[in-house]
Amino acid sequence: MIYQEPMASLNPAMKIGQQLMEVPLIHDNVSKGEAWRRALEMVEAVRLPDPERMMRSYPHQLSGGQQQRIVIAMALLSKPALLLLDEPTTALDVTVEAGIVELVKGLGKKYGTSMIFVSHNLGLILETCDRVTVMYSGEAVETGRVEDVFDRMRHPYTQGLFRSIPLPGADKNERPLIAIPGQLPLPHERPKGCNFGPRCQHFKEGLCDAGEVPMLPIEGHERHHSRCLRFDEIDWNALPEGALADKQPIEPGKPMLRIENLKKYYHVAANSIFGGGDTKTVKANEQISFEARESETVAIVGESGCGKSTLAKVLLGLETATDGEVVLANEPIQSTAVEDRDTGTVAGIQMVFQNPFDTLNPSHSVGSQIVRTLEKFNVGKTLADRRQRMLELLDLVKLPRAFAERMPRQLSGGQKQRIGVARAFAGNAKVVVADEPVSALDVSVQAAVTELLMDIQRKNKTTMLFISHDLSVVRYLADRVVVMYLGHIVEQGTTDQIFAPPYHPYTEALLSAIPIADTSVRKKHIVLEGDIPSAMNPPSGCPFQTRCRYKDQVPGGKCEREVPPLKDLGDGHFSLCWLDDDVLKSMEPVISFDAPRKTGKPARRQGKAKAASQKPKAKGEIRPIAGGRKPVRASAAGLSAVPGSSSPKRVQAEAGGGRQAASTRVKPATAKIGKDAKPARMRKPKQPDDLKLISGVGPKLEARLNDLGVYTFAQIAAWKKAERDWVDDHLSFKGHIERDDWVKQAKALARGGVEEYMRVFGKKPR
Amino acid sequence: MASPRFSYCDEPAEPYYGGILQGDFGCSTKFKVPVAEKLFPALGATGILMFWVMVVMVPVALLIGVLAGMREGTRTDRTLSVASIATTATPEYVSGVIFAVIFASWLGWLNGSAATATRQGISFYNFTLPVMTMAIYGIGYIARMTRASMVEVMTQQYIRTARLKGLGFRAVVIKHALRNALIAPFTVIMLQFPWLLTGVVIVEVMFRYQGFGFTLVEAASNNDIDLLLGCSLVSVFVVLSTQLISDVGYAYLNPRIRVQ
Amino acid sequence: MQVETLGTFGIIFGVLARFWPVWIALAVILFFSLRFRERIGLYGQLFETGVGVAGVLICFFWLFTALFAATVAPFDPLAQFPIMKNVLPGAIEPESGQAFLFGGDRLARDVFSRMVYGSQIVLIIAPAATLFALMVGTTLGLPAGYYGGRIDSFLSFLANLVLAFPVILLFYLLVTPGIRETPIPQWMAGVFFIFPIVFFVTLFWTRYRSRPQLLAIQLAVTLLVGGWAYLGLVFDADPLGIISISSNQLNIFVAVVFASSPGVFRIVRGLVMDIKTRDYVAAAQTRGETPWYIMLWEVLPNARGPLIVDVCLRIGYTTILLGTLGYFGLGLAPESPDWGTGIKESSRLLRAYVHPALPPVFALMSFVLGLNLLADALREQSLKD
Repeated sequence: MIYQEPMASLNPAMKIGQQLMEVPLIHDNVSKGEAWRRALEMVEAVRLPDPERMMRSYPHQLSGGQQQRIVIAMALLSKPALLLLDEPTTALDVTVEAGIVELVKGLGKKYGTSMIFVSHNLGLILETCDRVTVMYSGEAVETGRVEDVFDRMRHPYTQGLFRSIPLPGADKNERPLIAIPGQLPLPHERPKGCNFGPRCQHFKEGLCDAGEVPMLPIEGHERHHSRCLRFDEIDWNALPEGALADKQPIEPGKPMLRIENLKKYYHVAANSIFGGGDTKTVKANEQISFEARESETVAIVGESGCGKSTLAKVLLGLETATDGEVVLANEPIQSTAVEDRDTGTVAGIQMVFQNPFDTLNPSHSVGSQIVRTLEKFNVGKTLADRRQRMLELLDLVKLPRAFAERMPRQLSGGQKQRIGVARAFAGNAKVVVADEPVSALDVSVQAAVTELLMDIQRKNKTTMLFISHDLSVVRYLADRVVVMYLGHIVEQGTTDQIFAPPYHPYTEALLSAIPIADTSVRKKHIVLEGDIPSAMNPPSGCPFQTRCRYKDQVPGGKCEREVPPLKDLGDGHFSLCWLDDDVLKSMEPVISFDAPRKTGKPARRQGKAKAASQKPKAKGEIRPIAGGRKPVRASAAGLSAVPGSSSPKRVQAEAGGGRQAASTRVKPATAKIGKDAKPARMRKPKQPDDLKLISGVGPKLEARLNDLGVYTFAQIAAWKKAERDWVDDHLSFKGHIERDDWVKQAKALARGGVEEYMRVFGKKPR
Repeated sequence: MASPRFSYCDEPAEPYYGGILQGDFGCSTKFKVPVAEKLFPALGATGILMFWVMVVMVPVALLIGVLAGMREGTRTDRTLSVASIATTATPEYVSGVIFAVIFASWLGWLNGSAATATRQGISFYNFTLPVMTMAIYGIGYIARMTRASMVEVMTQQYIRTARLKGLGFRAVVIKHALRNALIAPFTVIMLQFPWLLTGVVIVEVMFRYQGFGFTLVEAASNNDIDLLLGCSLVSVFVVLSTQLISDVGYAYLNPRIRVQ
Repeated sequence: MQVETLGTFGIIFGVLARFWPVWIALAVILFFSLRFRERIGLYGQLFETGVGVAGVLICFFWLFTALFAATVAPFDPLAQFPIMKNVLPGAIEPESGQAFLFGGDRLARDVFSRMVYGSQIVLIIAPAATLFALMVGTTLGLPAGYYGGRIDSFLSFLANLVLAFPVILLFYLLVTPGIRETPIPQWMAGVFFIFPIVFFVTLFWTRYRSRPQLLAIQLAVTLLVGGWAYLGLVFDADPLGIISISSNQLNIFVAVVFASSPGVFRIVRGLVMDIKTRDYVAAAQTRGETPWYIMLWEVLPNARGPLIVDVCLRIGYTTILLGTLGYFGLGLAPESPDWGTGIKESSRLLRAYVHPALPPVFALMSFVLGLNLLADALREQSLKD
């Protein structure tokens, strides 16, 4: 089992090596030397740099990503047949997460381990899993192949989930997110019949609340089951009423907030015991410049340690800037701490906080907290005035007025966050900084809060700075995007400019790392090596140079020596990079659509499904995966989630908000790795391409490739990751980076022969 | 030429406290000897007492704490917890009286006075009561700390990880939990010293053991300024050095601190 | 001269009967507590565990004993009956016909009555001193934890200094006649007693500054009541003559507050450092609240759980300290009926007479135990939330 928090899973007082060695020592009774050897092997297998040193270090000396790799190694050392991963990457940054996901997938294949992957992130599931079981309130509500569940879902809850997350292509003005109404029932308050009934728009009295709903098979889909009685009657493409609000896009007004060359340095004493001495400077923000206009949403994107929170603190006056300018509606505020700001300025820039459980003071009632804010902002003259205004604010955030008397602990996360929003807008703020306001909420609630924020912003013409690491949300709601890395703005521009090439190399990696829950999306896979450097000890030159894959395309090693200039790409699109225009131009989009999303999905077989629904079934039983036909590849994905039969932990997890689980396929290491992964063969053409032009392919390899039916550049260029891996295995030739490179070279060669190759790579092919 | 202040010791007429820096503590008016001559043997006697107290107190307390914290909420845990709360509610002058009544007055097994220990050397008969009295108060406190720390450690995920590796419960407790659980009580034990010093004073007075605490009380009640000053200096010195030891030991036990 | 004695059962029934007002009060409290258990929050939850019930009952028992001491105790704690010197438990005093239920002591006083009256001294001084220590520790701990930096280093250094100094030495220094004659104790009292007034003034000022009428009333009441108590306690110059404290008692009061406020300081400081990282504190900062408002109204209410637990433990600890003072005969008058003095008196004669030693010993032990059980139950209940 692999848990969310890698740090907590490792014993802080024991060295990594010892902890790993324990496993073979117990399970196989081997000698210490043998155990050490096996542990070392496994550390290498999870692709950790310098395994010998890793084995001798303590857990706290490793970064989060490395710790998670160690935990995975520990789990694999006992050669399990089934691996349970409970949100293994939620605590990690997106680019690190991509690396772990890649690793887990690879290891699953290599060792033939089945995996159960518990996650709330639909995109991640699409990337890792073969089959998925959607759980709601202690029950599995839908289970099936990922493609079936994602594209042809047959349960209203699953559909609700998909409608409440922003997918690429969704636009805030045309198709807003649709939240699932209501709240998850507490385990002891579950309704009779369908648990999802009270929140379901297709709910039919007398049918859905009549009795226990069994898992019903769906005709025509392979092993696809749904716990819904009406799935064959529902029109799965119809949107609920009012979902298609065609809102007018807002024209951004005059500049409201201008930030010019903002710098924020912290001085940290290197030796805290004796004080003084040499101090280290942490450059939290470096040369930040951007502008936000009235009723515009500017997203600030970046991973942990990139300085986005520091930026927010400076804006709000919790910190003062070291250098540079912050101008809020023509008033410079960069060096005025919040205590010295006048009420108008304080009320003019407010914040919505990340953690809903922390945002309200648990000791004061909701109403009194809002009234206090109003008092502080000089809104209203008397207490009665303020109470009235407070009730209006509750209306604004769509909460019942009775909530004024409640204590925060009586509210759910989403409701608390609404109060947080009400508080931020209490003094008619001109600028609202939203620091990941929804990331800690359940998926179905996220949509509601996001929509609320945007509605109020639209109404009040507020400028919103939306801080996030989630690019899919950003794409959905932002007008302009600022990408930050280690205190620098590496790229900024309108949303369209950021999400289309040319990219900054970091943005490119970030985009590719975001899991997207849409089967029609094709992504380029770029996995960054290593972790984010510490802000205490940033790399020289370009902040991103340690992980950049384009570094070798900048001549003279400039990346390591100098911070690149902010390159103007036109129309307010800036990128902090040394790369030439040529290279930038040759970038391909990271996210592309395979085919236009199918609008109509017929497959409605009424009569047959009716018969199926009458088939009696044991209460709450998930129909076991039909064994027999494909015993080798089928995995035991049956997640028993019948209330009572499952472990408390599990029930808890679902009560926490509809989790999804899926398993990857069981695959013995020796089995043929799926025919689909094998590169397409062809007959030998009359004029086969000279594969030797690809650096890395010699005459010997050319012959072997020819044996496999590979003759042209076009074939190699079409290789996807699966094929590359297959070739990797087949040629018994290690290191997949090179094969990556082959494909790139082959693409160039296929497109324009030697000339194109020279243009892209700047050198002649061999 | 002024005559010496006291006939029994060689000292300038004017009180000169700077001598302390050179190891000269002045003279005791009560015992009519130089302070150093009285103070250091007394310290030695107290050292012996403390040694035995530690030998009894620490293992017993840790054992109780670990046993109680190992499986939270069981009958053993609740019994041991209430027992340790009861001992923390029993200061030395209370438990001293109770033990003296039971073991010395009623049963007659042990000697209610440790005065003989100074002259004739310590024995089970004359030394058990003081040691037991002092240990009992500390046991409750340390055991509770150990239990809390143990309970916390046992709910950590790495304990779950260790269980999932297939380690037995005993092995998990001994190899994974103990070391992490002992970090917090260690500091507590060391920080107990200022309090133990109070205990020493009470116990030594109660059982008439001629140690440091006994000397201190004698000095204070007879206005023996030099001796009192010497005692204060020594005790502050002892306390500060144990705090230093506790910091160093903490760093040794906790690898996370060591690196920084 | 021979005195009549009661048998064992006679003694037990006698004791139980003497406590009759206490039993009635306990029954009433218990009845209402169980009846309205659901509605009284944390206190009600205490009744869910055996430990909690035991703690509450023991604490209330001593509280009511202190309240009804005059009714419970058959004799004056200081009265001497020469005939009853060192009599065994159950001896009947011939003049009044009342029994010396727990016997008589070396000076021929009734041990039972002394124990009952001793509870008064303990239950007044220990909680009051703890509350003052709480005020001092909180008022200093809040800024130390909130601002950090120099203020924190300085105050923490002071606190550690006091903590590292052995308590017993501290007491000897504070209570020795040499120091008692100087005005030092009075100065210290002056400093300590000003803290509650400052605390409440700041508390109201920060919150209700924008509502002048309400603020004026609150400040007037605080200053009036605080000033009155201050005059009475520090200068013994209460114009109404209600509040007065003997210089001896003031001394031990000051000593106890001095010894236990650093502990409160450390706890408050730690709690503040934890709580100040919460988002609601940041939210208060971003709406321009003053630091003291945030400390007193945003941070402190959320630290109340651990603080209540600590107060319970600390009252017990203070009781032990008072006992120590009594045991060494520091501060309290030698004839005072408090438990510590009682233990000192009787432990000297332990070889000859055992019975005068046991009642104060068990009284002190049970009271501290009750407080500890209460604290334990409170901690458990507050962790459940």
